[in-house]
Amino acid sequence: MYETLMQERLKVAIVGSGPAGLSAAGRAAAAGVSHVLLEQRDHVSDTIYKYQKGKLVMATPDVLPLRSELTFQIGIREDVLGTWEKQIADLKANVRFNSEVTAISGEKGDFTLKLSDGTTINAEYVVFAIGLQGNIRLLGVPGQDREWVQYQLNDPDEYSDETIVVVGAGDAGIENALALTKQNNVVILNRGSEFARIKQGNLTAITTAIEKNQIECIYSADTVRVEDDGIIVKTPQGETKVKCDRIIARLGASPPRKFVEACGIKFPNADPSSLPELSGQYESNVPGLYVIGALAGYPLIKQAMNQGYEVVEYIQGKQLKPADEPLLEKKFADIPGNRTVSEVLAMIQEAVPLLSGLTTLQLREFLLDSSVHAPRGGDVIFERNDYTNSFYSIVDGGVNIQINPEDETKVVALGKGAFFGEMGLLSGRRRTATVMANVPSLLIETPRRSMIKLINSVESVKRVMDQVAVGRQIQTYIAPGIPLPDLEDLIRTVRVEKFDQGAVLFREGENGDCLYLIQRGSVTVSREVSGKETVISYVAAGNYVGEMALVSNAPRSATIRAAVAVEALRLDGVPFQALMGRNEAVRRTIEARYRGRMLENIETTEQPEAGGIIQFLIEQGLGEATDVLLIDEALCVRCDNCEKACAETHQGTSRLNREAGPTFQTIHVPTSCRHCEHPHCMVDCPPDALRRNANGEVYITDSCIGCGNCERNCPYGVIHMAAKPPKKPGLLQWLLFGRGPGPGQAVSGKWGPDSNKAAAGPKKAVKCDMCKDVTGGPACVRACPTGAALRVEPSEFFKVVSQGL
Amino acid sequence: MHQSILIFRNFRYLKWAAAIVAVALALYWLHNPAYGIANGGTWLGYTLGGIGAFLIVWLMWFGIRKRRYGGGGAPVEDWLSAHVYLGLALIIVGTLHTGFQFGWNVHTLAYVLMMVVIFSGVFGLFAYLRVPELMTHNRRGMTLVQMMHEISDLDTECREAALALGDEINQIVLTAAQNTRIGGGVIRQLSGDDPDCATRDASRNVRHLADNAPSDQAEGYRLLLSLLARKEELLFRARRDVRYKALLDIWLYVHVPLSFALLGALIAHIVSVFFYW
Repeated sequence: MYETLMQERLKVAIVGSGPAGLSAAGRAAAAGVSHVLLEQRDHVSDTIYKYQKGKLVMATPDVLPLRSELTFQIGIREDVLGTWEKQIADLKANVRFNSEVTAISGEKGDFTLKLSDGTTINAEYVVFAIGLQGNIRLLGVPGQDREWVQYQLNDPDEYSDETIVVVGAGDAGIENALALTKQNNVVILNRGSEFARIKQGNLTAITTAIEKNQIECIYSADTVRVEDDGIIVKTPQGETKVKCDRIIARLGASPPRKFVEACGIKFPNADPSSLPELSGQYESNVPGLYVIGALAGYPLIKQAMNQGYEVVEYIQGKQLKPADEPLLEKKFADIPGNRTVSEVLAMIQEAVPLLSGLTTLQLREFLLDSSVHAPRGGDVIFERNDYTNSFYSIVDGGVNIQINPEDETKVVALGKGAFFGEMGLLSGRRRTATVMANVPSLLIETPRRSMIKLINSVESVKRVMDQVAVGRQIQTYIAPGIPLPDLEDLIRTVRVEKFDQGAVLFREGENGDCLYLIQRGSVTVSREVSGKETVISYVAAGNYVGEMALVSNAPRSATIRAAVAVEALRLDGVPFQALMGRNEAVRRTIEARYRGRMLENIETTEQPEAGGIIQFLIEQGLGEATDVLLIDEALCVRCDNCEKACAETHQGTSRLNREAGPTFQTIHVPTSCRHCEHPHCMVDCPPDALRRNANGEVYITDSCIGCGNCERNCPYGVIHMAAKPPKKPGLLQWLLFGRGPGPGQAVSGKWGPDSNKAAAGPKKAVKCDMCKDVTGGPACVRACPTGAALRVEPSEFFKVVSQGL
Repeated sequence: MHQSILIFRNFRYLKWAAAIVAVALALYWLHNPAYGIANGGTWLGYTLGGIGAFLIVWLMWFGIRKRRYGGGGAPVEDWLSAHVYLGLALIIVGTLHTGFQFGWNVHTLAYVLMMVVIFSGVFGLFAYLRVPELMTHNRRGMTLVQMMHEISDLDTECREAALALGDEINQIVLTAAQNTRIGGGVIRQLSGDDPDCATRDASRNVRHLADNAPSDQAEGYRLLLSLLARKEELLFRARRDVRYKALLDIWLYVHVPLSFALLGALIAHIVSVFFYW
């Protein structure tokens, strides 16, 4: 059968058998389109296949109708895969396993796909549905597929008393090897003659372990083949056999983007989250080459399956209303004029220049995530100091922005086609102004994640956003009330500069020729005190640094360092000084700030211990926090009532660990959520379940699918995956019959989240939500009998610290 | 940074307690009981008794409030601060209620139990104010579990270091690893020390043997001794940590059960007064 495959030219070759690819193959088979589905592994849907046993696969978004020859509904991994395998066989789809595509050449109507086994396949169209997981590099020797050869290690404690060979001397391999030595006999194979390009900590650990004979290392070792009871290794001394019970190969993965780019598909920029440019029918810039599924920016299974179906229809030249059409119709129902979806889309693109560069597909996706508002004149859109972070575009009408908190009559008006709300998006901080509609208007509100996705995928959006944002930030933070034309000289010199955590913006003693407006992140201010760099204060986004040298024409009086990754606007000194010369109000504000800073510098230099505390807290990541739990250990009686309160108010799982975490002097930073300005947990959440509400709490909605991305992305380890524990017996039952845990007692065992009853439900991510649904505020703080626990906003707290504790 | 429960809210509950005490004292001073004998049976006696009984029940309610998570109302810190001051005020209110009449009866039993509960609370207050800071400094950023891990690591290193030093030393090191205890009974925990510490003995014995050791083993002995010294230091801190934790907890074993005994005695006291007096 493969012979004929190679000879005849197929209509469509589908690469990757995930939900998108399977659905495409299913549709092609049903419609009688000649096709082949190429899968590099020996089973379908490798990403789902690798889910842990019994994991629940969610079918979100519920509202989206499924359009596929295959069925799909919420269920455990085994059932979902089993159904698909059966249905794809029933449809007689042509699936070719163990077929890794290594190159694609040709053009629309005549593509040639080269496979790793040397076979070539001809097809008129190619559909990429390869997902985002990348190709894990295999050993590349005979026997690499044996059951006891594995390419990942979930839980090192799962194995004991085995001889385990770890192949690969990168960070992943070393970390696995070290973790396995506790209970096993470990041999590590290093292709080189030493350990290179690994983290310093791992290098020290692995060399110590080898010196102590805890791990055996074979250097300059090449794998030859895997046998029944071990692996044959070739070293400069010749071939030897290493007997073992298990092989763990950690050889890295090749990211899919590289391969996709090699096929000619363009990405708008180097940002790893950017997506390939696609037409409304999923066609890439290479005619005849289509991209669907997660790689195209649609990480949800249902979306991917719909696209698989649709892409085959499009290839056959059929027209088809997208599956999201009814959803958009509903969304646009309130728009006056009774327009069709495509009319509304056209109207939006015409009205809002920012969105005019989007493809239809991008616009649809953008609007699907967004909501449409029709405020009346005078309605408040959002208030100053709200923590919301959505973005607004004005399709019709206009809004007033109140730029002066003291004087509500001072407003800047924005009209049709403009946008607002981008400052909260950039800085991750509270809204800087109140905005209200000035006439009956039509607004589109877009959530933060969709906007970031758009900025990263569409170059023109990013450019326009940057330009407008620069002017607005200068107006807001430096020169309030000054019209843009007066700032033109200054704005022309502005550059956006990025700094990694710990990088220096400028040093004490340097000549100052510019000023930095912190747009994102935060910085520390430090000075040399008796030969040692001592932190004296902390500056958050929305403030500027470097004005002292410009006002006094003296060298820089302090060193500025990025406390977290920082984006800052660099404003040239000369036009800035000219602006101060021209404008009395600006000069006064800047000089008042100058005097304030000077006094602050003196105060904190007199109190080096305060600097020590700031430095410590910055090291704990407070530079990006908006609200953090601290414990004063001089007052803490270690009763753990905070943890108990947390568990009791949150289904038995405490979201904080009091004892874990570092301590400086008597300030302890327990392991608990800091509600970051730019939450790491939000970065890669497929159903967009992580949200921030107006008061700043970052919380998880019920749409969580339990994928665990947020848990992995959180650098502070404050998100857990937990099942809802069974309902506790009531107080009387506990009192009279001793059933279940009492009030405040930790739930575990039969009543805990890990019990059998609970395991039937899905594990979902849980984290601190600052008790947003509980009256009276965070339970941990309210339950602390001695007042040791307190929640603080870092910038406020640092101010208190600088003024003396 | 922020305040202890004593100065909490600018001594709000101290002021309340002081007001109650001042009124009670003033009334007692002004009160002119029949036959000139103050006792619980006068109108003032009943009033003070009523206030005292209410205070006792209210003070005990703290145990329930503390475990009621997620509701509204004042934070637990308010409750504790008030619990402390109003509990202390109870000394005066309760004593004045007795009219200084004591005897071998259920009434005095209730009074004595009340005083024991209050003074165990005073000890607890002292522990709560003093111990956390000592505990923090003693831990130096480590948790007790981390100390235990490090002690166990040092045991392993000691055994490796001993390998080159002959059977006797190996036996000493092994015994030290197996017989060293942290914590134990109540007295042992509160003492923060172990007079029969196996590691201390081992250290002494190794030092003794080192004096007569051949010169080629000098280096090995030095290493072993430094490891043992580090372990001793960690043990010292770990035991002190246990002592501190015990100090924070021990008084509750008196305070809580005797509160319930007090409640029982109080009911007996009231019932007997009303029905059998």
